[in-house]
Amino acid sequence: MQFSEQWLREYTNPAIDTDALSHLLTMAGLEVEGLDGVGAAFTKVVIAEIISAEKHPDADRLQLLKVNVGAAEPLQIVCGATNARVGIKAPCALVGAVLPGFEIKQAKVRGVESFGMMCSEKELGLAAESAGILELPADAPIGQDIREFLGLNDKLFTLKLTPNRSDCLSLVGIAREVAALTGAELALPNAEAIKATINDSKAVSVADKEACAIYSGRLVKGVNAQATTHAWMVRRLERSGLHSISAIVDITNYVLLELGQPMHAFDAAKLSGEINVRWASQGEEIALLNQQAVKLDKDMLVIADNTGAIAFAGVMGGASTAVSDSTQDIFLESAFFTPDTIAGKGRRYGISTDSSYRFERGVDYGRTLQALERATALVLEICGGQAGPVTAVAGTLPVRAPTKLRMAKLNSILGINLEESLVAKLFDQLGFAYVLKAGVFEVSPPSYRFDIEREEDLIEEIARLHGYDNIPAIAPVADLRMLPDSEAHAARHVFQDALVANDYQEVVTYSFVDESWERDLLANANPIKLKNPIASNLSVMRSSIWGGLLDVLVYNLNRQQTRVRLFEIGATYHHAANNTYAETTRISGLAYGDALPEQWGEAARSVDFYDVKADVDTLTFGRAEYVAAEHPALHPGQSAKVMLEGKPVGWIGKLHPKWQQHYQLPKGAVLFELDFAALQQYKVPTYAEVSKFPPIRRDMAVLVDEKVSVGELLNAMQGAKVEFVTEVGLFDVYRGKGIPDNQKSLAFFVLMQDTQKSLTDAEADKAMADLLDVVKKQFAAELR
Amino acid sequence: MQNTSLESLIPEAERDFAACANINDLEQAKAKYLGKSGSLTEAMKGLGKLSNEERPAAGAAINVVKQAVEAALKARRDAILLAEQEKQLAGESLDVTLPARGQGKGGLHPVSLTLARVESLFHSIGFDVAEGPEIETDFYNFTALNIPDNHPARAMHDTFYVDAKDGSLDYVLRTHTSPVQVHYMQDAMKNKSDMPLKIIAPGRVYRVDSDATHSPMFHQVEGLWVDENISFANLKGVVQDFLQRFFERDDLQVRFRPSFFPFTEPSAEMDMSWNGGWLEIGGCGMVHPEVFKHVGIDAEKYRGFAFGLGVERLTMLRYGVNDLRHFFNNDLRFLQQFGR
Repeated sequence: MQFSEQWLREYTNPAIDTDALSHLLTMAGLEVEGLDGVGAAFTKVVIAEIISAEKHPDADRLQLLKVNVGAAEPLQIVCGATNARVGIKAPCALVGAVLPGFEIKQAKVRGVESFGMMCSEKELGLAAESAGILELPADAPIGQDIREFLGLNDKLFTLKLTPNRSDCLSLVGIAREVAALTGAELALPNAEAIKATINDSKAVSVADKEACAIYSGRLVKGVNAQATTHAWMVRRLERSGLHSISAIVDITNYVLLELGQPMHAFDAAKLSGEINVRWASQGEEIALLNQQAVKLDKDMLVIADNTGAIAFAGVMGGASTAVSDSTQDIFLESAFFTPDTIAGKGRRYGISTDSSYRFERGVDYGRTLQALERATALVLEICGGQAGPVTAVAGTLPVRAPTKLRMAKLNSILGINLEESLVAKLFDQLGFAYVLKAGVFEVSPPSYRFDIEREEDLIEEIARLHGYDNIPAIAPVADLRMLPDSEAHAARHVFQDALVANDYQEVVTYSFVDESWERDLLANANPIKLKNPIASNLSVMRSSIWGGLLDVLVYNLNRQQTRVRLFEIGATYHHAANNTYAETTRISGLAYGDALPEQWGEAARSVDFYDVKADVDTLTFGRAEYVAAEHPALHPGQSAKVMLEGKPVGWIGKLHPKWQQHYQLPKGAVLFELDFAALQQYKVPTYAEVSKFPPIRRDMAVLVDEKVSVGELLNAMQGAKVEFVTEVGLFDVYRGKGIPDNQKSLAFFVLMQDTQKSLTDAEADKAMADLLDVVKKQFAAELR
Repeated sequence: MQNTSLESLIPEAERDFAACANINDLEQAKAKYLGKSGSLTEAMKGLGKLSNEERPAAGAAINVVKQAVEAALKARRDAILLAEQEKQLAGESLDVTLPARGQGKGGLHPVSLTLARVESLFHSIGFDVAEGPEIETDFYNFTALNIPDNHPARAMHDTFYVDAKDGSLDYVLRTHTSPVQVHYMQDAMKNKSDMPLKIIAPGRVYRVDSDATHSPMFHQVEGLWVDENISFANLKGVVQDFLQRFFERDDLQVRFRPSFFPFTEPSAEMDMSWNGGWLEIGGCGMVHPEVFKHVGIDAEKYRGFAFGLGVERLTMLRYGVNDLRHFFNNDLRFLQQFGR
């Protein structure tokens, strides 16, 4: 809502300056989001009349003017404007005037003295472009400061109104609010009933008297549709962001701004039969004023005549009955439609108008007729004509049920201690009628307030008027109790810190991704799609974070990075049963480039599967097992499912070479992604007895087939529960000289111990033999 | 005569030992006096020839000389070893200014830094962290928060809708973290949890909006405190305390402006003083009775406050970041500024 301060001050004029007014409105919940001047800043420009115009002796395009600026002697001014002619009035910048960008000095123009400058709109900062000097009305007073004449000392307020404050979508509404906040006097515009001078009228019927609680209208005949709108009205419209269109449209717009009542004028000659306010039939067509042809739904209200719908009620008029320059008779409409009737209807066609915006928030049903009278008066004044009698159909008006406010509740919600008398005074300022009984106000809200239905609404009104600044900030008083803290649940930062310590940079990527990532990297033919994505490459919800990480990788490689290690913790999105959706939080990482930062004393080497496996081991507290498996995004021979307690919790592997090529990556990338919730489950440590006796270490090397999985072999040895064996570990893998093709030599160390005594060699030998037996039987291993 | 010759061995040995440059030479020099046929060994052997009366005095005299020679030997040995060690250490000295070797260190995203700070500050006064789904039902995102169909407040939200197979518009990407309040309160009532309910709910939210100052995805943190006697004054107290602690500025001013949210009443926008002006930092208010009704909390007995803060806004102000788009471009040159 944009408006002129001068216009507002015509209705209420508190003794505070512009900035104080702005602050007052903002702190009352009517946020001032813009405060602008009108035109540019300039001085010493007055209204002048051209009394003579002659050709400049030495320049074809210049004229020598004599202008009357109200001084004893006329001024001589050299002027280049082609529209400068005797008899017209225009702004004249006097010597010493400061205009945007320059100062007016007495000067010789082509040898002739000039004592000022006639001004265009552009030169005064009133328009971006203008042709010639600004011609003023004949009655403009000579010598008056143009700023005063054009009201240029005005300020333009732009309010960011919340949806509940529809009562402030008009100058009268804002004035009422300012008066309530300041106690200043309120003088609202007059709207006396206009007596009918002709008997012509239109019959009106209303099918749904709840949806359309008041419908009023009247004929005005013999109007001059081409009349010129008053300059002051054009100025006010413009300062509210509306352009002047024609006198009749300007008047309806003006009443909308002044009173907040949307108005419509039909060309009466184009109406056929009586006016009927009814629900549209499904698919009923109407061509709207904005040239849009729409098919209406049956929950939309229309104004119709014998030919069908002629207006989309509360939203926009129809093209077939629009007023034009040739219009002679009009039918003026002022109606009240309930918010529910209008809300969301225009939006189905992408239409939001000043009218629908107000109706869906609530229009004052106490001023419907007053607005009609006001518009009639303005039409008669500007366009002439004869007004017929008002036809008004009254239906069921909304009920403003009295609402209770308990003083005790008010004070306990706000945490302060207001006196009854203060609350009563604030209600008086607001113009809310009330009855006070035993600490309870029973308040009847006015017709223009659609947001006062319950006690909390009144509490907010009182808090707002009292001032939020006047409510102290107080720390709550509460029982001190500790929060539960499960040691078996590792917090998010544990994992973040672990990856940061291992040289990974955390990133945050979009949850919506390119559909091709889902298809290519995850073979997900059916991702969750958005109905209204912000861009076609952000149209589906990710089911893995890898796409985002690869995108960040490419972004940074294009910026000359050569070593990139990323991780992200975030949700992935999945279809679930019964057309619902499920989300899983994942921790996902990518490593690209050298295993270590470039440094002295370490040969450079690209990061590989086993480097990243160590990072996954860290994240899983060393509990993970790895099972070779294939994944569409990964190298088939270098990828594994990550298992925790026998359940798959994610993947690790090298990016498939075809995607490496697809993304034009010079090197391979290693990726992992794990179910975050599974990682967070952690065992609280339990004590086991520490042996007093030294452990024995024995080593063993075996030959196995190349295909044998070391993990499985280790698992088998550890799982065999051979007596005294406490740990089995791999310390070497050897292929080459002395080892047959397709075989490998694995070297293990075995630690053995008894908590009660030192082990004998015989016991150790037996344990080693048992272990060897296990790998011989299960993996056809041979002792080397 | 014999004694004189014995005693003269001491300076002789000292001279011999001093002439040795290393341990090998010293061992050879030692043999001359203390070896199998060394002069002192021979002298000891000679004791057998003496009478019982002479032997103790002669033995004692030899021992005095022997101890002196051994002491000289040890002194020289220690000196040689020390010199050798010093020589070795001198050869082992490093350029300690050479860079360290090994793995580098990564860093957290600045939004994570902010969330960690927010969680830690609220944790310090007993707030728990709650989470909720990002693909949210229309009911939780709007209806349960007192935003019915067609309410003009919905238009302010620029909602992303999920393209459901059945064509319904029942699922949205949550436009705010407020639905987490509803889930949390519902669960608390179901589990008969004790009051007060005190949570913050950080997370991603989505709006159909993308330009220099709007991202289609961003982060909010929601706060909720429900109890019997919690008030608007307490809301002001907690939010002001938080902002002053978060920015580590006791002089930070916080301003509450009346505003409108369907799920709180009274509602307020929170502004904080910044560089001589005011900056909007979030919205807040007292939980609306309609919201309590949806979750089955008695609005006559209990009341609560709720607030929502923009995490990127907090982060930008805290670290002086001037462009929202940095957060989601993930340029390493930007992100690495926040490592520590």
